[in-house]
Amino acid sequence: MSSSIIEVENLTKRFGTFKAVDSISLEVKQGEIFGFLGANGAGKTTAMKMLSGLLSPTSGKAMVAGFDVFKQQNQIKKSIGYMSQRFSLYDDLTIKENIRFYGGIYGLKRKQWKEKGERLIKRLGLDEVEGKLLKDLPLGWKQKLAFSIAILHDPKIVFLDEPTGGVDPITRRQFWEMIYEAAHDGITVFVTTHYMDEAEYCDRISMMVDGRVEAYDTPEGLKKKYGVKTMNEVFIKVARP
Amino acid sequence: MKRLTSLIRKEFYHIFRDKRTLLILFGMPVVQILLFGYAITNEIKDAHIAILDQSHDEVSRRLADKLVASGYFLPDGQAESIDDVEQLFREGRIKMAVVVEPDFADKLQHEGKASVQLLADATDPNMANTLVNYATAIIQNFQLELNQPGQPPILVGAEVRLQYNPSLKGVFLFVPGLITILLMLVSAMMTSISIAREKETGTMEVLLASPMNPGQVIIAKVVPYFSLAFLDAVVVLLLGRYVFGVPIMGSVPLLLAEIMLFIIMALSLGILISTVAQTQQTALLLSLMGLMLPTILLSGFIFPIENMPLPLQIISHIIPARWFIVIEKAIMLKGVGIAYFWKETLILIGFTVFFIGMSIKKFNVRLG
Repeated sequence: MSSSIIEVENLTKRFGTFKAVDSISLEVKQGEIFGFLGANGAGKTTAMKMLSGLLSPTSGKAMVAGFDVFKQQNQIKKSIGYMSQRFSLYDDLTIKENIRFYGGIYGLKRKQWKEKGERLIKRLGLDEVEGKLLKDLPLGWKQKLAFSIAILHDPKIVFLDEPTGGVDPITRRQFWEMIYEAAHDGITVFVTTHYMDEAEYCDRISMMVDGRVEAYDTPEGLKKKYGVKTMNEVFIKVARP
Repeated sequence: MKRLTSLIRKEFYHIFRDKRTLLILFGMPVVQILLFGYAITNEIKDAHIAILDQSHDEVSRRLADKLVASGYFLPDGQAESIDDVEQLFREGRIKMAVVVEPDFADKLQHEGKASVQLLADATDPNMANTLVNYATAIIQNFQLELNQPGQPPILVGAEVRLQYNPSLKGVFLFVPGLITILLMLVSAMMTSISIAREKETGTMEVLLASPMNPGQVIIAKVVPYFSLAFLDAVVVLLLGRYVFGVPIMGSVPLLLAEIMLFIIMALSLGILISTVAQTQQTALLLSLMGLMLPTILLSGFIFPIENMPLPLQIISHIIPARWFIVIEKAIMLKGVGIAYFWKETLILIGFTVFFIGMSIKKFNVRLG
């Protein structure tokens, strides 16, 4: 539980003269739920893209699942799952076809995706609609399905970029239950969010302001440090000093 | 490889589940060729013509009767002089004029030959061509009748003059032109829209975060459109050949190879567009304004390049379709081989290399 799976040291991303991510350092332990917080435009998404092998960093050091983000982006991609900000499955494919497709591009064998797909459909209670096009499903279900598919290939880490945007509180709760379950199964969860109540669910969090990590601790630790009762207040104090 | 097939299968799902895409892919080629085909090859019946008989003898009258009796032509208006004929053309009353030279019978008898002039209004080039062909055939027939065995041969020369558009651009061009436009549409426009859609919905990010590399993602996008575009071209060729009799005089494999080259060129252009366009709307707009309009207007498909003002003629050089149409025409209508259009082929290859190079550059800049 204590070995670290993501190690970041002075990681920087520059676009021209603009430093989107300014020398951040952090460490994520295996199996923990790590909340990656920050205001819009603080550099969260850029940082996450670098860690998931989508974007090459300008300078610094970072190891993800034991691979270097500068040289081994392909190995990183194989060992992570990724769920984007926007809904990331195909609306014009059925649930089954989506599962088959993502299983396919992650190199799962036919038997594997079939088995896992069936288990997943059963667990989410989608048996009756598995042959339906995705666009006919409510958003909450799609979101849960997207998460399940993102961890279909048993990644070591799953990156979730604002996964609960636009869904109702009940679905959000259910979604977090799924996150807990995944973490319980040993998958490290790296999640960005705007909702401060969700931040409370995380084991540890970091807060980014203007490309820098300004706060980095457990939710309890942060509340104590800033002498406030909720994460919301912590956020306001950190973001507007 | 297995991963690639997953991607390709998914692309086919997208295509076959979208009714609009299907309509563009399969409905449009058929509808367009039928429209173009029937609009252009309308059967000639009772076409209004003027007969200017400057000879007024028995043979010239027989010839005039024969023309009218064919059922294709309907004499309209009194023409006493060539000025009258000109006037009738201007008024749009006649499509063709038959001018019989003075002393027709006399010349035939003494010199063994006489001539008939066929003047046709070539503002409608296809109509003019058809009318002239019909009339020429009738005159030749007439000549055969005049020739008696054992007598010196008689020659009735049909001298054709096309008014207003003497070089008859546009005839039979509709099949090469249509193929060009369809390929542009299917390859460049549909591909760019399809890639832009993935960007818009956010699935592109997920694809790029997967172990698939960008090259594979693009190849998977391109394979279905390549095969469907090729299928479309074949459908148009077949319809053109068997419904409208548009010939393929030259080598069919060579024609198909050039078509594939043009598809690859158009696909690379589509990819380039999609590196710039972030939304489907932008991709559509860029393809329509930047590709379809120039292709239709400046490629020589509808308007002859020779008749354009010089600046537009210069611009037409950077329209890939212009070169492709030359190649298609050369193979289909002239039946010549690669020796006659290796230059155009090289230009298309050049375009392809340029577009692919630009796309890679743009793509790398974006990933920075």
